[in-house]
Amino acid sequence: MLTLARARSAPAFRELGYWLFRYRRTWRGSIVISVANPLLFLTALGLGLGKLINRNGSESLHGHPYVRFILPGMLIAAVMQTAFLEAAGPVMQAALPRGNYRAAASTPLAPADILYGHLMYWTLRAAQNAILFTGVSVLFGAVSVYRAPLLVPIALLVAVAFATPAAAWGVTVTRPSHLNAMFRFVILPLYMFSGTFFPIEQLPAWLRPVAWATPLWHGVDLCRTVALGTVTLPGALIHTGYLSAMAVIGLFVARRNYRRKLYV
Amino acid sequence: MTADASTVLIEATGLTKVYGTPGGRAGFTAVDGIDLEIHRGEAFGVLGANGAGKSSTMRMIACVSPVTAGSLRILGHDSATDGAKIRARLGVVPQDDTIDSELTVRENLLIYGRYFGLPWKVLRERSTRLLEFTRLSEKADDEVATLSGGMRRRLTIARALINEPEIVLLDEPTTGLDPQARHLLWERLFQLKQDGVTLLLTTHYMDEAEQLCDRLVVMDAGKIVAAGTPAELISRYTSREVVELRFAPGERQIMADKCRGIVERVEELPHRLMLYTDSGEETLAAVNARGVRPLTALIRRSSLEDVFLTLTGRSLVD
Repeated sequence: MLTLARARSAPAFRELGYWLFRYRRTWRGSIVISVANPLLFLTALGLGLGKLINRNGSESLHGHPYVRFILPGMLIAAVMQTAFLEAAGPVMQAALPRGNYRAAASTPLAPADILYGHLMYWTLRAAQNAILFTGVSVLFGAVSVYRAPLLVPIALLVAVAFATPAAAWGVTVTRPSHLNAMFRFVILPLYMFSGTFFPIEQLPAWLRPVAWATPLWHGVDLCRTVALGTVTLPGALIHTGYLSAMAVIGLFVARRNYRRKLYV
Repeated sequence: MTADASTVLIEATGLTKVYGTPGGRAGFTAVDGIDLEIHRGEAFGVLGANGAGKSSTMRMIACVSPVTAGSLRILGHDSATDGAKIRARLGVVPQDDTIDSELTVRENLLIYGRYFGLPWKVLRERSTRLLEFTRLSEKADDEVATLSGGMRRRLTIARALINEPEIVLLDEPTTGLDPQARHLLWERLFQLKQDGVTLLLTTHYMDEAEQLCDRLVVMDAGKIVAAGTPAELISRYTSREVVELRFAPGERQIMADKCRGIVERVEELPHRLMLYTDSGEETLAAVNARGVRPLTALIRRSSLEDVFLTLTGRSLVD
Protein backbone atom coordinates (compact mmCIF):
# COMPACT_ATOMS: atom_id res chain seq x y z
CA MET A 1 0.00 0.00 0.00
CA LEU A 2 1.14 3.49 -0.79
CA THR A 3 0.14 4.67 2.69
CA LEU A 4 2.56 2.19 4.23
CA ALA A 5 5.40 3.42 2.05
CA ARG A 6 4.54 6.95 3.13
CA ALA A 7 4.59 6.02 6.79
CA ARG A 8 8.08 4.59 6.41
CA SER A 9 9.62 7.72 4.94
CA ALA A 10 9.76 9.86 8.09
CA PRO A 11 7.69 13.03 7.63
CA ALA A 12 10.27 15.24 9.36
CA PHE A 13 12.71 14.58 6.52
CA ARG A 14 10.22 16.08 4.08
CA GLU A 15 10.33 19.38 5.95
CA LEU A 16 14.13 19.17 5.96
CA GLY A 17 13.88 18.56 2.22
CA TYR A 18 11.88 21.73 1.78
CA TRP A 19 14.46 23.91 3.51
CA LEU A 20 17.34 22.27 1.67
CA PHE A 21 15.49 22.80 -1.60
CA ARG A 22 15.23 26.49 -0.83
CA TYR A 23 18.83 26.57 0.31
CA ARG A 24 19.94 25.69 -3.23
CA ARG A 25 19.36 29.35 -4.04
CA THR A 26 21.55 30.80 -1.33
CA TRP A 27 24.21 28.21 -0.58
CA ARG A 28 27.03 29.95 -2.44
CA GLY A 29 26.53 33.18 -0.57
CA SER A 30 26.23 31.40 2.74
CA ILE A 31 29.55 29.62 2.20
CA VAL A 32 31.26 32.89 1.39
CA ILE A 33 29.91 34.31 4.63
CA SER A 34 30.95 31.25 6.62
CA VAL A 35 34.52 31.64 5.37
CA ALA A 36 34.74 35.43 5.30
CA ASN A 37 33.42 35.80 8.85
CA PRO A 38 36.32 33.99 10.60
CA LEU A 39 38.82 35.46 8.13
CA LEU A 40 37.83 39.02 8.97
CA PHE A 41 37.50 38.51 12.70
CA LEU A 42 40.69 36.54 13.11
CA THR A 43 42.62 39.04 11.04
CA ALA A 44 41.28 42.12 12.78
CA LEU A 45 40.98 40.90 16.35
CA GLY A 46 43.45 38.06 16.39
CA LEU A 47 46.31 39.61 14.50
CA GLY A 48 45.64 43.35 14.74
CA LEU A 49 44.23 43.77 18.23
CA GLY A 50 46.02 40.62 19.35
CA LYS A 51 49.45 42.09 18.74
CA LEU A 52 48.63 44.89 21.14
CA ILE A 53 47.15 42.60 23.76
CA ASN A 54 49.90 40.01 23.64
CA ARG A 55 52.44 42.66 24.68
CA ASN A 56 50.96 43.24 28.11
CA GLY A 57 47.81 41.15 28.58
CA SER A 58 49.19 37.67 28.29
CA GLU A 59 48.93 37.11 32.04
CA SER A 60 45.16 37.07 32.20
CA LEU A 61 45.11 34.92 29.06
CA HIS A 62 47.21 32.38 30.97
CA GLY A 63 50.02 32.75 28.50
CA HIS A 64 47.97 32.02 25.38
CA PRO A 65 48.27 34.27 22.35
CA TYR A 66 45.11 36.35 21.92
CA VAL A 67 44.18 34.74 18.62
CA ARG A 68 44.06 31.33 20.31
CA PHE A 69 42.03 32.76 23.15
CA ILE A 70 39.51 34.53 20.99
CA LEU A 71 38.89 31.85 18.33
CA PRO A 72 36.60 29.63 20.47
CA GLY A 73 34.67 32.71 21.59
CA MET A 74 34.21 33.91 18.02
CA LEU A 75 33.18 30.46 16.81
CA ILE A 76 30.57 29.90 19.52
CA ALA A 77 29.20 33.44 19.28
CA ALA A 78 28.90 33.10 15.50
CA VAL A 79 27.12 29.78 15.87
CA MET A 80 24.71 31.29 18.38
CA GLN A 81 24.00 34.22 16.13
CA THR A 82 23.36 32.04 13.08
CA ALA A 83 21.16 29.69 15.08
CA PHE A 84 19.06 32.58 16.34
CA LEU A 85 18.81 34.29 12.96
CA GLU A 86 17.95 31.09 11.09
CA ALA A 87 15.47 29.89 13.67
CA ALA A 88 13.56 32.94 14.90
CA GLY A 89 13.00 34.91 11.67
CA PRO A 90 12.21 32.12 9.21
CA VAL A 91 10.01 30.40 11.81
CA MET A 92 8.00 33.55 12.29
CA GLN A 93 7.61 33.92 8.51
CA ALA A 94 6.69 30.28 8.01
CA ALA A 95 4.02 30.41 10.72
CA LEU A 96 2.24 33.41 9.16
CA PRO A 97 -1.11 32.63 7.50
CA ARG A 98 0.61 32.38 4.10
CA GLY A 99 3.80 30.74 5.32
CA ASN A 100 5.35 27.38 4.55
CA TYR A 101 4.34 25.83 7.88
CA ARG A 102 0.70 26.34 6.94
CA ALA A 103 1.22 24.52 3.67
CA ALA A 104 3.09 21.69 5.39
CA ALA A 105 0.42 21.40 8.09
CA SER A 106 -2.23 20.62 5.48
CA THR A 107 -0.23 17.58 4.32
CA PRO A 108 0.34 14.44 6.41
CA LEU A 109 2.98 16.28 8.49
CA ALA A 110 2.15 16.98 12.13
CA PRO A 111 3.37 20.20 13.80
CA ALA A 112 6.12 18.24 15.59
CA ASP A 113 7.34 16.80 12.24
CA ILE A 114 7.61 20.33 10.92
CA LEU A 115 9.66 21.37 13.94
CA TYR A 116 12.00 18.36 13.78
CA GLY A 117 12.55 18.84 10.07
CA HIS A 118 13.43 22.49 10.48
CA LEU A 119 15.67 21.67 13.45
CA MET A 120 17.59 19.20 11.32
CA TYR A 121 18.14 21.96 8.80
CA TRP A 122 19.52 24.36 11.44
CA THR A 123 21.81 21.63 12.70
CA LEU A 124 23.14 20.97 9.21
CA ARG A 125 23.69 24.66 8.64
CA ALA A 126 25.49 24.95 11.99
CA ALA A 127 27.67 21.98 11.09
CA GLN A 128 28.59 23.61 7.80
CA ASN A 129 29.38 26.87 9.57
CA ALA A 130 31.40 25.26 12.34
CA ILE A 131 33.46 23.10 9.95
CA LEU A 132 34.34 26.04 7.71
CA PHE A 133 35.05 28.29 10.69
CA THR A 134 37.38 25.84 12.39
CA GLY A 135 38.98 25.02 9.05
CA VAL A 136 39.92 28.65 8.53
CA SER A 137 41.10 28.85 12.13
CA VAL A 138 43.44 25.91 11.66
CA LEU A 139 45.02 27.69 8.69
CA PHE A 140 45.46 30.76 10.89
CA GLY A 141 47.12 28.69 13.57
CA ALA A 142 44.36 29.79 15.92
CA VAL A 143 43.67 26.24 17.03
CA SER A 144 45.66 23.05 16.90
CA VAL A 145 44.78 20.75 14.06
CA TYR A 146 44.14 17.88 16.51
CA ARG A 147 41.72 19.75 18.72
CA ALA A 148 39.84 21.51 15.94
CA PRO A 149 37.52 18.54 15.18
CA LEU A 150 36.42 18.52 18.85
CA LEU A 151 35.08 22.04 18.49
CA VAL A 152 32.51 21.07 15.87
CA PRO A 153 30.24 18.94 18.12
CA ILE A 154 30.45 21.62 20.81
CA ALA A 155 29.34 24.20 18.27
CA LEU A 156 26.44 21.94 17.26
CA LEU A 157 25.31 21.60 20.86
CA VAL A 158 25.34 25.39 21.23
CA ALA A 159 23.44 25.78 17.96
CA VAL A 160 20.67 23.42 19.05
CA ALA A 161 20.58 24.95 22.54
CA PHE A 162 19.84 28.34 20.96
CA ALA A 163 17.76 27.18 18.00
CA THR A 164 15.04 25.37 19.95
CA PRO A 165 14.18 28.26 22.30
CA ALA A 166 14.44 30.68 19.36
CA ALA A 167 11.97 28.56 17.39
CA ALA A 168 9.69 28.16 20.41
CA TRP A 169 9.57 31.92 20.70
CA GLY A 170 9.66 32.70 16.96
CA VAL A 171 6.55 30.67 16.21
CA THR A 172 4.56 32.92 18.58
CA VAL A 173 5.90 36.21 17.15
CA THR A 174 3.72 38.15 14.75
CA ARG A 175 5.69 41.38 14.37
CA PRO A 176 9.14 41.50 12.76
CA SER A 177 10.11 44.39 15.03
CA HIS A 178 10.11 41.96 17.97
CA LEU A 179 12.84 39.98 16.26
CA ASN A 180 15.05 43.04 16.00
CA ALA A 181 14.43 43.90 19.63
CA MET A 182 15.37 40.39 20.73
CA PHE A 183 18.53 40.53 18.67
CA ARG A 184 19.52 43.94 19.96
CA PHE A 185 18.69 43.48 23.63
CA VAL A 186 19.44 39.80 24.18
CA ILE A 187 21.74 38.36 21.54
CA LEU A 188 24.14 41.31 21.24
CA PRO A 189 24.63 41.78 25.01
CA LEU A 190 25.27 38.03 25.30
CA TYR A 191 27.91 38.48 22.63
CA MET A 192 29.60 41.20 24.64
CA PHE A 193 29.46 39.82 28.17
CA SER A 194 29.91 36.08 27.88
CA GLY A 195 33.67 35.94 27.66
CA THR A 196 33.69 36.07 23.90
CA PHE A 197 36.36 38.79 23.56
CA PHE A 198 37.93 38.83 27.02
CA PRO A 199 38.02 36.58 30.11
CA ILE A 200 35.02 37.26 32.33
CA GLU A 201 37.42 37.65 35.25
CA GLN A 202 38.00 41.10 33.75
CA LEU A 203 34.39 42.04 34.48
CA PRO A 204 33.49 43.84 37.74
CA ALA A 205 32.94 41.22 40.46
CA TRP A 206 29.19 41.84 40.65
CA LEU A 207 28.77 41.21 36.89
CA ARG A 208 30.59 37.89 36.86
CA PRO A 209 27.71 35.79 38.21
CA VAL A 210 25.58 37.20 35.40
CA ALA A 211 28.10 35.97 32.88
CA TRP A 212 28.20 32.53 34.55
CA ALA A 213 24.46 32.32 34.17
CA THR A 214 24.44 33.05 30.45
CA PRO A 215 24.23 30.08 28.11
CA LEU A 216 26.75 31.61 25.74
CA TRP A 217 29.42 31.68 28.45
CA HIS A 218 28.93 27.95 29.05
CA GLY A 219 29.35 27.31 25.36
CA VAL A 220 32.36 29.60 25.04
CA ASP A 221 34.08 28.26 28.14
CA LEU A 222 33.54 24.64 27.10
CA CYS A 223 34.85 25.34 23.63
CA ARG A 224 37.78 27.41 24.88
CA THR A 225 38.96 24.94 27.51
CA VAL A 226 38.83 22.16 24.94
CA ALA A 227 40.65 24.26 22.34
CA LEU A 228 43.39 25.30 24.81
CA GLY A 229 43.64 21.87 26.42
CA THR A 230 42.67 23.08 29.89
CA VAL A 231 39.32 21.32 30.11
CA THR A 232 38.31 19.62 33.37
CA LEU A 233 35.70 16.89 33.68
CA PRO A 234 33.41 18.70 36.17
CA GLY A 235 33.59 21.87 34.07
CA ALA A 236 32.77 20.00 30.88
CA LEU A 237 29.85 18.21 32.55
CA ILE A 238 28.35 21.40 33.92
CA HIS A 239 28.61 23.16 30.57
CA THR A 240 27.26 20.23 28.59
CA GLY A 241 24.46 19.71 31.11
CA TYR A 242 23.43 23.35 31.02
CA LEU A 243 23.36 23.50 27.21
CA SER A 244 21.61 20.13 26.86
CA ALA A 245 18.93 21.17 29.34
CA MET A 246 18.40 24.36 27.38
CA ALA A 247 18.08 22.42 24.12
CA VAL A 248 15.64 19.91 25.58
CA ILE A 249 13.46 22.44 27.37
CA GLY A 250 13.46 24.57 24.22
CA LEU A 251 12.38 21.57 22.21
CA PHE A 252 9.46 20.77 24.52
CA VAL A 253 8.23 24.34 24.60
CA ALA A 254 8.66 24.60 20.82
CA ARG A 255 6.64 21.42 20.29
CA ARG A 256 3.83 22.81 22.42
CA ASN A 257 3.94 26.21 20.73
CA TYR A 258 4.04 24.73 17.22
CA ARG A 259 1.00 22.65 18.02
CA ARG A 260 -0.87 25.62 19.48
CA LYS A 261 -0.06 27.74 16.48
CA LEU A 262 -0.63 25.24 13.67
CA TYR A 263 -3.42 23.09 15.11
CA VAL A 264 -6.09 25.37 16.56
CA MET B 1 -21.42 3.89 -9.91
CA THR B 2 -24.61 3.89 -7.85
CA ALA B 3 -22.79 2.14 -5.04
CA ASP B 4 -20.07 4.79 -5.24
CA ALA B 5 -22.55 7.61 -5.23
CA SER B 6 -24.00 6.44 -1.95
CA THR B 7 -20.60 6.25 -0.20
CA VAL B 8 -20.41 8.82 2.56
CA LEU B 9 -16.96 10.44 2.52
CA ILE B 10 -17.49 13.08 5.18
CA GLU B 11 -19.82 12.56 8.09
CA ALA B 12 -20.13 15.14 10.83
CA THR B 13 -22.49 14.81 13.79
CA GLY B 14 -22.98 17.62 16.26
CA LEU B 15 -19.73 19.16 15.01
CA THR B 16 -18.75 22.02 17.30
CA LYS B 17 -15.83 24.42 17.43
CA VAL B 18 -15.21 26.67 20.40
CA TYR B 19 -12.14 28.88 20.41
CA GLY B 20 -10.70 29.40 23.87
CA THR B 21 -10.00 32.83 25.22
CA PRO B 22 -6.56 33.56 26.68
CA GLY B 23 -8.07 33.81 30.16
CA GLY B 24 -9.34 30.25 29.82
CA ARG B 25 -12.95 31.27 30.30
CA ALA B 26 -15.78 30.23 28.02
CA GLY B 27 -14.67 30.96 24.48
CA PHE B 28 -16.25 31.91 21.22
CA THR B 29 -18.46 29.31 19.53
CA ALA B 30 -17.69 29.43 15.81
CA VAL B 31 -19.46 26.20 14.83
CA ASP B 32 -22.45 25.16 16.89
CA GLY B 33 -23.35 21.49 16.54
CA ILE B 34 -23.78 20.98 12.79
CA ASP B 35 -24.51 17.72 10.94
CA LEU B 36 -23.10 17.07 7.48
CA GLU B 37 -23.09 14.10 5.15
CA ILE B 38 -21.11 14.42 1.94
CA HIS B 39 -21.15 11.66 -0.66
CA ARG B 40 -18.54 10.53 -3.13
CA GLY B 41 -18.53 12.49 -6.35
CA GLU B 42 -20.76 15.33 -5.31
CA ALA B 43 -19.99 19.02 -5.16
CA PHE B 44 -21.12 20.27 -1.79
CA GLY B 45 -21.34 23.92 -0.86
CA VAL B 46 -21.26 25.67 2.49
CA LEU B 47 -22.85 29.07 2.12
CA GLY B 48 -22.76 31.90 4.55
CA ALA B 49 -21.75 35.46 5.27
CA ASN B 50 -18.35 36.26 6.76
CA GLY B 51 -18.11 34.93 10.30
CA ALA B 52 -20.83 32.30 9.82
CA GLY B 53 -18.42 29.49 10.72
CA LYS B 54 -17.57 28.28 7.21
CA SER B 55 -13.80 28.50 7.52
CA SER B 56 -13.77 26.90 10.97
CA THR B 57 -15.79 24.01 9.58
CA MET B 58 -13.38 23.65 6.68
CA ARG B 59 -10.35 23.70 8.95
CA MET B 60 -11.78 20.92 11.07
CA ILE B 61 -12.51 18.84 7.97
CA ALA B 62 -8.98 19.56 6.70
CA CYS B 63 -7.76 18.10 10.04
CA VAL B 64 -5.75 21.19 10.95
CA SER B 65 -8.08 22.19 13.77
CA PRO B 66 -9.23 19.93 16.61
CA VAL B 67 -12.95 19.25 17.01
CA THR B 68 -14.30 20.67 20.28
CA ALA B 69 -17.33 18.41 20.42
CA GLY B 70 -19.24 16.02 18.19
CA SER B 71 -17.82 13.47 15.80
CA LEU B 72 -16.17 13.88 12.44
CA ARG B 73 -15.37 10.93 10.19
CA ILE B 74 -13.61 11.48 6.89
CA LEU B 75 -12.85 8.75 4.35
CA GLY B 76 -13.68 6.17 7.00
CA HIS B 77 -11.26 7.58 9.59
CA ASP B 78 -11.80 9.52 12.78
CA SER B 79 -10.42 13.03 12.38
CA ALA B 80 -9.32 13.12 16.04
CA THR B 81 -6.96 10.15 15.77
CA ASP B 82 -6.12 9.72 12.08
CA GLY B 83 -5.46 13.27 10.95
CA ALA B 84 -2.30 12.43 9.01
CA LYS B 85 -3.97 9.52 7.16
CA ILE B 86 -6.89 11.74 6.21
CA ARG B 87 -4.73 14.68 5.14
CA ALA B 88 -2.78 12.35 2.85
CA ARG B 89 -5.96 11.89 0.80
CA LEU B 90 -7.24 15.48 0.84
CA GLY B 91 -6.49 18.40 -1.44
CA VAL B 92 -6.69 21.77 0.26
CA VAL B 93 -7.17 25.16 -1.37
CA PRO B 94 -7.03 27.58 1.56
CA GLN B 95 -8.37 31.10 1.54
CA ASP B 96 -4.90 32.48 2.22
CA ASP B 97 -2.82 30.71 -0.37
CA THR B 98 0.46 29.31 0.89
CA ILE B 99 2.32 29.38 -2.42
CA ASP B 100 6.07 29.86 -1.94
CA SER B 101 7.06 33.09 -3.66
CA GLU B 102 10.75 32.18 -3.67
CA LEU B 103 10.18 29.15 -5.87
CA THR B 104 9.02 28.83 -9.47
CA VAL B 105 5.54 27.64 -10.40
CA ARG B 106 6.69 24.08 -11.09
CA GLU B 107 8.95 23.95 -8.03
CA ASN B 108 5.94 24.78 -5.89
CA LEU B 109 4.20 21.66 -7.15
CA LEU B 110 7.28 19.48 -6.77
CA ILE B 111 8.15 20.52 -3.25
CA TYR B 112 4.54 20.29 -2.07
CA GLY B 113 4.29 16.82 -3.56
CA ARG B 114 7.35 15.80 -1.57
CA TYR B 115 5.37 16.47 1.59
CA PHE B 116 3.20 13.52 0.60
CA GLY B 117 6.28 11.35 0.22
CA LEU B 118 5.84 11.01 -3.54
CA PRO B 119 8.92 10.17 -5.64
CA TRP B 120 10.41 12.90 -7.83
CA LYS B 121 9.75 10.90 -10.99
CA VAL B 122 6.02 10.72 -10.27
CA LEU B 123 5.99 14.40 -9.31
CA ARG B 124 7.67 15.56 -12.51
CA GLU B 125 5.10 13.72 -14.59
CA ARG B 126 2.16 14.90 -12.48
CA SER B 127 3.27 18.51 -12.29
CA THR B 128 3.43 18.74 -16.09
CA ARG B 129 -0.06 17.27 -16.34
CA LEU B 130 -1.50 19.50 -13.62
CA LEU B 131 0.03 22.66 -15.06
CA GLU B 132 -1.64 21.75 -18.32
CA PHE B 133 -4.94 21.12 -16.55
CA THR B 134 -4.84 24.51 -14.81
CA ARG B 135 -3.58 26.26 -17.99
CA LEU B 136 -0.27 27.25 -16.45
CA SER B 137 2.13 25.31 -18.69
CA GLU B 138 3.59 28.47 -20.18
CA LYS B 139 4.33 29.80 -16.72
CA ALA B 140 5.94 26.59 -15.44
CA ASP B 141 9.42 28.00 -14.96
CA ASP B 142 8.44 31.55 -14.01
CA GLU B 143 8.68 33.08 -10.59
CA VAL B 144 5.43 32.97 -8.68
CA ALA B 145 5.62 36.75 -8.27
CA THR B 146 4.76 37.21 -11.97
CA LEU B 147 1.39 35.43 -11.65
CA SER B 148 -1.96 37.22 -11.64
CA GLY B 149 -4.48 36.57 -8.88
CA GLY B 150 -6.39 34.05 -10.97
CA MET B 151 -3.22 32.20 -11.97
CA ARG B 152 -2.08 32.04 -8.37
CA ARG B 153 -5.39 30.52 -7.38
CA ARG B 154 -5.13 27.99 -10.21
CA LEU B 155 -1.63 27.12 -9.03
CA THR B 156 -3.03 26.51 -5.55
CA ILE B 157 -5.58 24.18 -7.12
CA ALA B 158 -2.91 22.38 -9.15
CA ARG B 159 -0.89 21.99 -5.98
CA ALA B 160 -3.88 20.63 -4.09
CA LEU B 161 -4.24 17.93 -6.77
CA ILE B 162 -0.63 16.73 -6.64
CA ASN B 163 -1.48 13.80 -4.33
CA GLU B 164 -4.51 12.82 -6.46
CA PRO B 165 -6.89 13.53 -3.59
CA GLU B 166 -10.32 11.98 -3.24
CA ILE B 167 -11.76 15.14 -1.73
CA VAL B 168 -10.79 18.71 -2.58
CA LEU B 169 -11.60 21.40 -0.04
CA LEU B 170 -11.90 24.92 -1.42
CA ASP B 171 -12.32 27.84 0.97
CA GLU B 172 -13.81 30.74 -0.97
CA PRO B 173 -12.02 29.78 -4.19
CA THR B 174 -12.96 32.82 -6.26
CA THR B 175 -13.01 35.60 -3.69
CA GLY B 176 -11.11 38.60 -5.05
CA LEU B 177 -10.92 37.35 -8.66
CA ASP B 178 -12.20 39.22 -11.70
CA PRO B 179 -15.18 37.73 -13.62
CA GLN B 180 -13.06 36.20 -16.36
CA ALA B 181 -10.73 34.51 -13.89
CA ARG B 182 -13.74 33.26 -11.94
CA HIS B 183 -15.32 31.68 -14.99
CA LEU B 184 -12.11 29.90 -15.94
CA LEU B 185 -11.82 28.60 -12.39
CA TRP B 186 -15.42 27.40 -12.33
CA GLU B 187 -14.88 25.63 -15.61
CA ARG B 188 -11.82 23.83 -14.23
CA LEU B 189 -13.64 22.89 -11.02
CA PHE B 190 -16.55 21.59 -13.05
CA GLN B 191 -14.10 19.45 -15.01
CA LEU B 192 -12.71 18.07 -11.75
CA LYS B 193 -16.20 17.16 -10.68
CA GLN B 194 -16.78 15.40 -14.01
CA ASP B 195 -13.61 13.42 -13.28
CA GLY B 196 -15.25 12.12 -10.11
CA VAL B 197 -13.46 14.23 -7.51
CA THR B 198 -15.59 15.16 -4.52
CA LEU B 199 -15.63 18.92 -3.98
CA LEU B 200 -16.43 20.72 -0.76
CA LEU B 201 -16.42 24.47 -1.08
CA THR B 202 -17.38 27.47 0.94
CA THR B 203 -18.51 30.64 -0.70
CA HIS B 204 -20.47 33.76 -0.13
CA TYR B 205 -21.26 34.05 -3.83
CA MET B 206 -24.68 32.73 -4.68
CA ASP B 207 -23.95 32.37 -8.37
CA GLU B 208 -20.92 30.25 -7.54
CA ALA B 209 -23.04 27.94 -5.42
CA GLU B 210 -25.69 27.68 -8.15
CA GLN B 211 -23.06 26.98 -10.80
CA LEU B 212 -21.07 24.35 -8.97
CA CYS B 213 -22.97 22.74 -6.13
CA ASP B 214 -25.21 19.69 -6.25
CA ARG B 215 -26.19 20.20 -2.65
CA LEU B 216 -25.51 22.86 -0.13
CA VAL B 217 -26.09 24.06 3.39
CA VAL B 218 -26.64 27.63 4.48
CA MET B 219 -24.79 28.56 7.66
CA ASP B 220 -25.57 31.46 9.93
CA ALA B 221 -23.97 32.15 13.33
CA GLY B 222 -22.38 28.70 13.48
CA LYS B 223 -25.56 26.76 12.71
CA ILE B 224 -27.01 25.19 9.58
CA VAL B 225 -30.23 27.02 8.81
CA ALA B 226 -31.16 25.18 5.60
CA ALA B 227 -29.97 22.27 3.47
CA GLY B 228 -30.83 20.89 0.04
CA THR B 229 -30.20 21.27 -3.67
CA PRO B 230 -30.18 24.84 -5.00
CA ALA B 231 -33.56 24.24 -6.70
CA GLU B 232 -35.08 22.76 -3.55
CA LEU B 233 -33.93 25.67 -1.43
CA ILE B 234 -35.30 28.19 -3.88
CA SER B 235 -38.71 26.52 -4.09
CA ARG B 236 -38.89 25.96 -0.33
CA TYR B 237 -37.81 29.37 0.90
CA THR B 238 -38.81 31.86 -1.73
CA SER B 239 -41.34 32.56 -4.47
CA ARG B 240 -40.79 31.87 -8.13
CA GLU B 241 -40.01 35.44 -9.14
CA VAL B 242 -38.86 38.66 -7.58
CA VAL B 243 -39.65 42.24 -8.49
CA GLU B 244 -36.80 44.50 -7.48
CA LEU B 245 -37.61 48.19 -7.22
CA ARG B 246 -34.93 50.83 -6.73
CA PHE B 247 -35.76 54.24 -5.29
CA ALA B 248 -34.03 57.51 -4.71
CA PRO B 249 -32.74 57.95 -1.17
CA GLY B 250 -35.49 59.08 1.19
CA GLU B 251 -38.33 57.83 -0.99
CA ARG B 252 -38.08 54.20 -0.12
CA GLN B 253 -40.18 54.28 3.07
CA ILE B 254 -43.09 56.12 1.44
CA MET B 255 -43.04 53.76 -1.50
CA ALA B 256 -42.81 50.72 0.74
CA ASP B 257 -45.96 51.84 2.49
CA LYS B 258 -47.69 52.28 -0.85
CA CYS B 259 -46.72 48.80 -2.02
CA ARG B 260 -47.97 47.09 1.15
CA GLY B 261 -50.47 44.31 0.51
CA ILE B 262 -49.66 43.71 -3.14
CA VAL B 263 -47.68 40.58 -2.28
CA GLU B 264 -47.33 38.47 0.85
CA ARG B 265 -43.67 39.13 1.42
CA VAL B 266 -41.63 42.29 0.90
CA GLU B 267 -37.99 42.69 1.88
CA GLU B 268 -36.77 46.21 2.50
CA LEU B 269 -33.10 46.86 1.83
CA PRO B 270 -31.45 50.29 1.73
CA HIS B 271 -32.72 51.94 -1.50
CA ARG B 272 -34.32 48.69 -2.64
CA LEU B 273 -37.58 46.83 -2.25
CA MET B 274 -37.90 43.14 -3.12
CA LEU B 275 -41.39 41.88 -3.81
CA TYR B 276 -41.71 38.09 -3.78
CA THR B 277 -44.32 36.85 -6.19
CA ASP B 278 -45.33 34.04 -8.51
CA SER B 279 -45.85 36.42 -11.40
CA GLY B 280 -43.52 39.35 -11.77
CA GLU B 281 -45.50 40.93 -14.58
CA GLU B 282 -48.75 41.06 -12.60
CA THR B 283 -47.05 42.40 -9.52
CA LEU B 284 -45.28 45.13 -11.45
CA ALA B 285 -48.57 46.11 -13.06
CA ALA B 286 -50.15 46.34 -9.60
CA VAL B 287 -47.25 48.49 -8.41
CA ASN B 288 -47.71 50.87 -11.35
CA ALA B 289 -51.45 51.00 -10.77
CA ARG B 290 -50.81 52.38 -7.26
CA GLY B 291 -48.80 55.22 -8.74
CA VAL B 292 -45.42 53.97 -7.47
CA ARG B 293 -42.65 55.22 -9.76
CA PRO B 294 -39.35 53.52 -8.95
CA LEU B 295 -36.02 54.62 -10.53
CA THR B 296 -35.61 51.12 -11.91
CA ALA B 297 -37.77 48.02 -11.87
CA LEU B 298 -36.44 44.53 -12.50
CA ILE B 299 -38.24 41.22 -12.74
CA ARG B 300 -36.04 38.18 -12.19
CA ARG B 301 -36.18 34.57 -11.13
CA SER B 302 -35.57 33.88 -7.48
CA SER B 303 -32.00 32.91 -6.61
CA LEU B 304 -30.10 31.59 -3.63
CA GLU B 305 -29.49 35.20 -2.68
CA ASP B 306 -33.20 35.44 -1.92
CA VAL B 307 -33.07 32.21 0.03
CA PHE B 308 -30.31 33.65 2.14
CA LEU B 309 -32.21 36.88 2.65
CA THR B 310 -35.31 34.96 3.73
CA LEU B 311 -33.38 32.78 6.14
CA THR B 312 -31.18 35.36 7.79
CA GLY B 313 -32.86 38.66 7.06
CA ARG B 314 -29.51 39.88 5.76
CA SER B 315 -27.93 40.31 2.40
CA LEU B 316 -24.88 38.08 1.81
CA VAL B 317 -22.43 40.57 0.42
CA ASP B 318 -22.81 44.05 1.85
